Amino acid sequence: MTDANLLDARRVTKRFGGLVAVNGIDFTIPERSIVSLIGPNGAGKTTFFNIIAGIYDPTAGAIRFRGRQMIARTHRAFLEPFLWVGPAAVMALVAAGAGLARAPVTAVVALGFVALLLLIVMLLGAVARPLWYRRLLVRAGIFRSSRPNDMVEAGLGRTFQNIRLFHNMTALENVLVGMHCRLKANWWDAMLSTPKDRAEEARAEIRARELLHLVGLRDRDGELAKNLPYGDQRRLEVARALGSDPALLLLDEPTAGMNPRETQEMMALINKLRTELGLTILLIEHDMKVVMGISDRVTVLDHGEKIAEGTPDEVRRNPRVVEAYLGAPAA
Amino acid sequence: MTAIATPASPASRRRPAWFLPVVSLGGVAAYYLLLRFVFGIGEGTALQQVANALSTGAIYALVALGYTMVYGIIELINFAHGDVFMVGAFVSLFFLVQVLGNTGLTAPITNLPVLLLLIGAALLVTMPLIGLLNVGIERFFYRPLRNAPRLAPLITAIGVSFILQNIALVIAGSGDESSPQIFPIRDWRLSIGEITIPYLSLFVFALAMVLMVLLQTFVGRTRLGRAMRSTAQDREAAALMGVDLNQTIALTFLLGGALAGAAGVVWGLTYGYVRSDLGFNAGLKAFTSAVLGGIGNITGAVLGGFIIGFVEVFATTLGQTRWSQFVVFVVLALVLVFRPAGILGQQVGERA
Amino acid sequence: MTAAAVGRRGRRFGRDEFRDVLVRHRTVSILVGMSLVGFLLYFLPYVPPFSLFNFHQAWLNSFASAGVFVLLALGLNVVVGLAGLLDLGYAAFFAFGAYTYAYGASPFSGNHAPFLLMLFLGAVVAALFGLLLGAPTLRLRGDYLAIMTLGFGEIVPIVFLNTDEYTRGTNGIGGIYRPDLPILGPFGALDNFKYFVVMVFIITITMILLYRLQDSRIGRAWMAIREDELAAAANGINTVTTKLLAFAIGATTAGFAGVFNASKLTIVSPDQFLFAVSFTVLAMVVLGGMGNIWGVAVGAFVIALIQSTFLTQLNQFVSTFRGIPVLDILSRVNFIQYQFLLYGIALVLMMLFRPEGLFPSQRRRMELRVAEELDPEAEAKALEAAAASETVAGGGEPTDPVVVGAMGPPPGSDEDTARPYGDDRS
Repeated sequence: MTDANLLDARRVTKRFGGLVAVNGIDFTIPERSIVSLIGPNGAGKTTFFNIIAGIYDPTAGAIRFRGRQMIARTHRAFLEPFLWVGPAAVMALVAAGAGLARAPVTAVVALGFVALLLLIVMLLGAVARPLWYRRLLVRAGIFRSSRPNDMVEAGLGRTFQNIRLFHNMTALENVLVGMHCRLKANWWDAMLSTPKDRAEEARAEIRARELLHLVGLRDRDGELAKNLPYGDQRRLEVARALGSDPALLLLDEPTAGMNPRETQEMMALINKLRTELGLTILLIEHDMKVVMGISDRVTVLDHGEKIAEGTPDEVRRNPRVVEAYLGAPAA
Repeated sequence: MTAIATPASPASRRRPAWFLPVVSLGGVAAYYLLLRFVFGIGEGTALQQVANALSTGAIYALVALGYTMVYGIIELINFAHGDVFMVGAFVSLFFLVQVLGNTGLTAPITNLPVLLLLIGAALLVTMPLIGLLNVGIERFFYRPLRNAPRLAPLITAIGVSFILQNIALVIAGSGDESSPQIFPIRDWRLSIGEITIPYLSLFVFALAMVLMVLLQTFVGRTRLGRAMRSTAQDREAAALMGVDLNQTIALTFLLGGALAGAAGVVWGLTYGYVRSDLGFNAGLKAFTSAVLGGIGNITGAVLGGFIIGFVEVFATTLGQTRWSQFVVFVVLALVLVFRPAGILGQQVGERA
Repeated sequence: MTAAAVGRRGRRFGRDEFRDVLVRHRTVSILVGMSLVGFLLYFLPYVPPFSLFNFHQAWLNSFASAGVFVLLALGLNVVVGLAGLLDLGYAAFFAFGAYTYAYGASPFSGNHAPFLLMLFLGAVVAALFGLLLGAPTLRLRGDYLAIMTLGFGEIVPIVFLNTDEYTRGTNGIGGIYRPDLPILGPFGALDNFKYFVVMVFIITITMILLYRLQDSRIGRAWMAIREDELAAAANGINTVTTKLLAFAIGATTAGFAGVFNASKLTIVSPDQFLFAVSFTVLAMVVLGGMGNIWGVAVGAFVIALIQSTFLTQLNQFVSTFRGIPVLDILSRVNFIQYQFLLYGIALVLMMLFRPEGLFPSQRRRMELRVAEELDPEAEAKALEAAAASETVAGGGEPTDPVVVGAMGPPPGSDEDTARPYGDDRS
């Protein structure tokens, strides 16, 4: 069973100061499913979401994504700076020793320069985290959770509850930003405007228009994001998240603030994403009609804890869920 | 340990109240022993340097408080704060010169009540004035930009810093302006056997500590202080709970400015000169202190100020005054690499 | 892409279409534009108001010096304008370029490396220090960069000053060799024209490269980070490397400027790289319009000329008033002394009233003005309204809760855009 799970969260806990926002949640998302996360306000849904997306480090617990441990509590992170400074410090000591031993000045200067280069290389490694640097971390026993961009690279796309588009960029540019990590041209290509760069940009633009078309924003690609109507902004955010070709799409209240017709259309879109693109989708929703309509499975959180899990029907009949939602109009 | 941004940090709950004072005293003693035995400095000089470090550190701590409170509450590096301190030093200088000129008193005043009265008067004049200057800066330059992109208030702060510095330059010229040293440094000394330490250092240290305790009490115990703390935690939530944001932020600037004014008075007494680019260097060191202690944290700023004071005096003691700025920068860089949240700050969870 | 909105406006080949062509053929338009600028500047000093102040040679000299500031401003614009980072120690990288050239080509070091090689090396050294400073700082919150760079800009001249065995301290390294270039031949002290040509050439190349970068995937990432760093990271942008790249490119450009300046002045000393230089360049970028390459270049050029030529002339001019009753006060004012005060005031006023700069780019104007339209209170109210409409639900008016800005289409006019999804894609 575990092999078929795209994402596997084990006993994930997050504390903010004294407040326990998420408490020991076990959670799995099977491949090609639509899973919903529901619960009253402040139940810890968005916090949990942000942990999965790599924005918060969990206080305890771990998350595997596509079979790889991506997120867990940081381990021995305080050692990392020593890793950056260590080699350079050693080299600097060697240079100082050479100076004391009356080595020629050029040799001392060269050694000092090597120390500087070592420092820069280590610092750049820490920033870009290439393979050799990650191996070094593993060898030193240091574990740091993946950052949001690492999660995107690994195949996770997300939207935000309060839309966070790049407001002063056009719809097309927003989607192109979403495709950023799949484009390979570096600054060198860009400066020289190499054929590779131009071809890639052209291809990316075609793909971005396709995605806009897919979510229903065909003639809006030149419009600034902030000038789009509200529903279109939500759809644009979905298109932007699709830009990185995700395997798992996290949608944080995709129908919030939408009228019934727009909500219907969003539901149709979500269904289509699964059937046509083969995406797996994790949904946070308030609107019970949406949740019950499209989810394969529903998980209910309350006060940071999981209180129920199952098919929409099972959850609907669960007395604890009814209690948690008592008074809420949607239940 | 009231931290403006993290009133209930787990770290402060774990440590008992005596922890910080004891560790600080231990640090001072270790510093003395280091000078005395590792660097082979004479007993008298070493003690003298410790006293120097305490008074220098007190000045940095007072200025650092202004940085840290403002950063805690609106997340702005108030680059103009160092220059506000410089203006404070000038105001105090001007006041003392006027008083001495009109009363016929001469610079070292050996009559203790008169001396204390005069210093008190200088503080009473300078602190409210500089506090109001700081409030004015906030009102006219930072408040309109509160919702602007972050770059805008930062650039404005740099602009204000340059305006203050250059106004001082135009008025006072580029050289040192000598400030009357009314406290008798030469004659009033605490002697322990053969060694003497000027009482001034102890006075400065004590004055700074009194002001800091007052601030601590204000922030920790009063309604307005509570408003400040809650605003630092979450501005929107505080506003929803009925905290008057504008008033609270203005109050923060008032307190920060007043402390910078006090630091200005103290500076004049200790060093006997003021110059227009004073604020730039002192500001950089004070900000480093705030970062070192954990920005947004009041206790941290004080601690950081003293540490920077000790580091700087250490460089001077070894005869490397010209490298002191460099050493302070290296400290800043090391803090940012190894412990960006500062000594007392909480490690921030969010990575972006 | 920027031009996509243009098509709606009208058929006539108007200003927008012209701009569109410029955007599409940017490299060509920069080449043509800079040739025109160079040509005009060469003849400008012969025209009356300018010919009265100074000789032609002197003008070319101050144009070339102003070019150094243009280059600096272009580089800082990448950091401040494009990536939205505040770099207050920019002069330090300028210093690294200059001192690298001083070591590479002066009697003091005994080396005499060719100018072009040193131009490259100076830029590399500056870039390395940019990486060294930026890599640990940029992973932290943005404000720390400002204070780190401020400190760095402060100590670099101090280090050059204090290590006087290697840098000759205050006196600086003098007698630096002038360039000797393939076509132009060896430069002499009076060859202002040659320096002028080289400067125009360097600026042209820099502008082309920077424009290409701005229009690329990386430029988009910078803009995204400037707009919303968290959202950028959540969309797969490695924000730290991207910001670091901007920082390093800024440092590199400053390195070029440093080498050129050292070769022109033939002396480098620590007092050429004080905070005042960083501040001046920042003022140039802000006044020219952050993020707008042409605007920044023009702003820097004008301010540098005012600083080098106009203020001196003004001083000389008002000094003739001495003895005349009322105007006598004016004659005692030293305008050069006031320039930083003026920059400070200008910076503050610009931020308060015209954040987009004197020559704004269309895009940056909208962005910096957004605060007025998108204030949090209105947003909160809109969200509340959204929540309310949600609970009432049941087929009320289709509300558009977060229509921001006056430019958004009125609610309800989006009838035709809300068509069913994907009718013709399968």
